[in-house]
Amino acid sequence: MNGTLSVAVWRGGADGGYRTYSVPRRESQTVLDVVTYIQRRLDPTLAYRFACRVGMCGSCAMTVNGLPRWTCRTHVADAAPDDRLEVGPLAHLPIVRDLVTDMRSFFDKWARARGAFKGTATRRDDFARVEPGSPARRAVDAAIECIGCGVCYAACDVVAWNPGYLGPAALNRAWTLVNDSRDGARAQRLAAVAGDAGCHACHTLASCTERCPKHLSPTAAIAGLKRATAVGLLRGEW
Amino acid sequence: MSARAETRLWLLQRTSAAALAVCVAVHLATIIGAVRSGLSAAAILGRTNGSLGWAAFYAAFVLAVSIHAPIGLRGIAAEWLGWRGRAADAVFALIGIALLALGAYAIAAVTR
Repeated sequence: MNGTLSVAVWRGGADGGYRTYSVPRRESQTVLDVVTYIQRRLDPTLAYRFACRVGMCGSCAMTVNGLPRWTCRTHVADAAPDDRLEVGPLAHLPIVRDLVTDMRSFFDKWARARGAFKGTATRRDDFARVEPGSPARRAVDAAIECIGCGVCYAACDVVAWNPGYLGPAALNRAWTLVNDSRDGARAQRLAAVAGDAGCHACHTLASCTERCPKHLSPTAAIAGLKRATAVGLLRGEW
Repeated sequence: MSARAETRLWLLQRTSAAALAVCVAVHLATIIGAVRSGLSAAAILGRTNGSLGWAAFYAAFVLAVSIHAPIGLRGIAAEWLGWRGRAADAVFALIGIALLALGAYAIAAVTR
């Protein structure tokens, strides 16, 4: 495959701007290939983040032609049919430099949503028995594959409107634990995910579900949390 | 506002929305029916005056509006204007009370 890509890449911090590079077009080229080419051949000062290159680690998420995506799993042919690319850092996160964002606020919100499992059994207890076909277990199955890439968080308009909003990934994580029969922090978690910064702030725009590279539905998880918090409140669970 | 109070507001807004879906449909059908059958204002008032049924229906309608609208406005103010907190909550509670009072006045006027 011949030709040249025109690639605008974000350089600098929050007050930076786009700089354009020319990159040779290749067969089966991914956006991560393009960014790597720029860093290795054109400008070694370019900062970006990646690890596995095969869609397992979730560290290479960036804004590609306006949409948050995993760059390693995004083919240039799909994202830039006219051979023009714009690659920027993920939205809604502070920029460290170039394409690298500071993801602390994203992961801090997982902690605020009580995203850590709180066990109740001891080593002397038998294994917990969880029926694989039970509705709660199936709800966990549907949401558990999140790898924390931040694509949904960058896609979510509510995060932009309400900076305290926990966001789709943290709420999706909380939903898996609300459905975990072994977990002992249900009441605290329902309290943590309710309210103006929690599930009730979601407008069901479903951008998170549209963009999730793992094809999860944080929208469904958040809807589940809305039901669980409301029913839990009426029952006096929290 | 606490997470519990926010959740209660959310529940109130959802239940009032469900009530409004019915109330608005009945209200619109009634208006269209009255206009198409050529009823005069006097004829309409003749039917509503002293009617406990219409009074009860519009009381439910007004109650749902005065719950639903201020909660929605509060959300819009928080997201679009960044206006949150006690002062905002007080203003939207007053809007709810005002809607309730205006609605009660209107119901009294047409059904007494």
